[in-house]
Amino acid sequence: MQSFLRDAAEFLPILLQGVGLTLLVTVGALVLSTLLGLVWAVMRVSGIGLLSGLSATLVNVIRGIPIIVQLFYLYFVMPDLGVSLTALQAAIIGLGVAYSAYQAENFRAGIQAIDKGQIEAAQSIGMGWWLTMRRVILPQAVRIVLPPYGNIMIMMLKDSSQASTITVAELALQGKLIASASFKNTSVFTLVALMYLAMSIPLILLVRHFEKKAGKP
Amino acid sequence: MIELKGVRKRFGAVEVLKGIDASVAKGEVVCIIGPSGSGKSTILRCINGLETYEAGEITVDGTRVDRAARSIVEIRSRVSMVFQRFNLFPHRTALENVIEGPVFVKRQPRAEAAERGRALLARVGLADKAEARPSQLSGGQQQRVAIARALAMQPQAILFDEPTSALDPELVGEVLAVMRGLAEDGMTMVVVTHEMGFAREVADRVLFIDGGVIVEQGPAKSVLSQPSHPRTQDFLRRVLHPL
Repeated sequence: MQSFLRDAAEFLPILLQGVGLTLLVTVGALVLSTLLGLVWAVMRVSGIGLLSGLSATLVNVIRGIPIIVQLFYLYFVMPDLGVSLTALQAAIIGLGVAYSAYQAENFRAGIQAIDKGQIEAAQSIGMGWWLTMRRVILPQAVRIVLPPYGNIMIMMLKDSSQASTITVAELALQGKLIASASFKNTSVFTLVALMYLAMSIPLILLVRHFEKKAGKP
Repeated sequence: MIELKGVRKRFGAVEVLKGIDASVAKGEVVCIIGPSGSGKSTILRCINGLETYEAGEITVDGTRVDRAARSIVEIRSRVSMVFQRFNLFPHRTALENVIEGPVFVKRQPRAEAAERGRALLARVGLADKAEARPSQLSGGQQQRVAIARALAMQPQAILFDEPTSALDPELVGEVLAVMRGLAEDGMTMVVVTHEMGFAREVADRVLFIDGGVIVEQGPAKSVLSQPSHPRTQDFLRRVLHPL
């Protein structure tokens, strides 16, 4: 235990740099995936065949390819097509796009869970499609969508470690580098695990809070 | 002000409206009665464009009702609708439900809309419930808020789709009383209902619909008291004397 604490004191500062990048990738990808997911979901329920077909296709293609392959594609293939991204950019875009598919499915389920009578009531007071969406459907869908959204945040935090495969020195990669340099596998990876857990627990509590709120009318 | 000419509508293989011709004059109260599945509600839903229709024509003050046209928004603000299941917005208070249309569709200033909204809630007997959420209101109270919401659009006519069918029996009266008040104030109303007492006392005219056609129509008292068609007689006998 004593040696673990000594190791912790030594490695923590370096690992914390990794935490910074982990958070940056997670938050960046969260924002991007939320925005894209909303766009896909709204296209899907727009009632316009072309848009909903396009959205369904995109979501399935994105869902059908492993995140790690999408990251490789962005980081290693795109330069051949003339688009060079830094590792961090590729990580945020890759994770954001990959998760937008899950966000979209969650948002779509939330939107479609709203009673049809709500849409008819909105139409009957003269609301158009967009106003109905903004004033009636989305505010109600948010309650339904939030608990799964929190779970997606937790999954994203953990999946940000896949950015290590394209050289982003986030928490997992920092840990691996320190471990292979110091041979202190046990201390280092225990620390890494505890740090991920420390970041997840607030999110887990947040999901619980969302769930309680969603249960109320 | 509302004209229907040869309106036909089908859901898949089932033709629910088989050529409806009817008109509603300004200030008139028309009740539509008939067995369930006869197409009563569909007529209302076609009038304010919640459903499309395949043939014939519906006009409101001369404007053709076309769900896909821009004019539908304007028609809907002239012809409001009250639903069987109230369809209040659960995430907003009673007052917010009432002023939603005036503020966001008609772009009235919020303070002005709120003042009128409170007056409308008072008119339906709910002045003290302005800040209540729909979930805190009884069915009868919710339906009265829904009527206030419809009135807030300052419509020229209101369509009622079985407004008391989802209510506990002891709450029906309070909603019918509000509707009777509207009728007395000269509101044009089309009411799909199973409340024969209301139809008899308040309606100027009654349409009996069965199998997608108007079987019989005329002044409320004559259709309800001396129906001439056997199907109307049969329907009324079963509604009035269920045992």
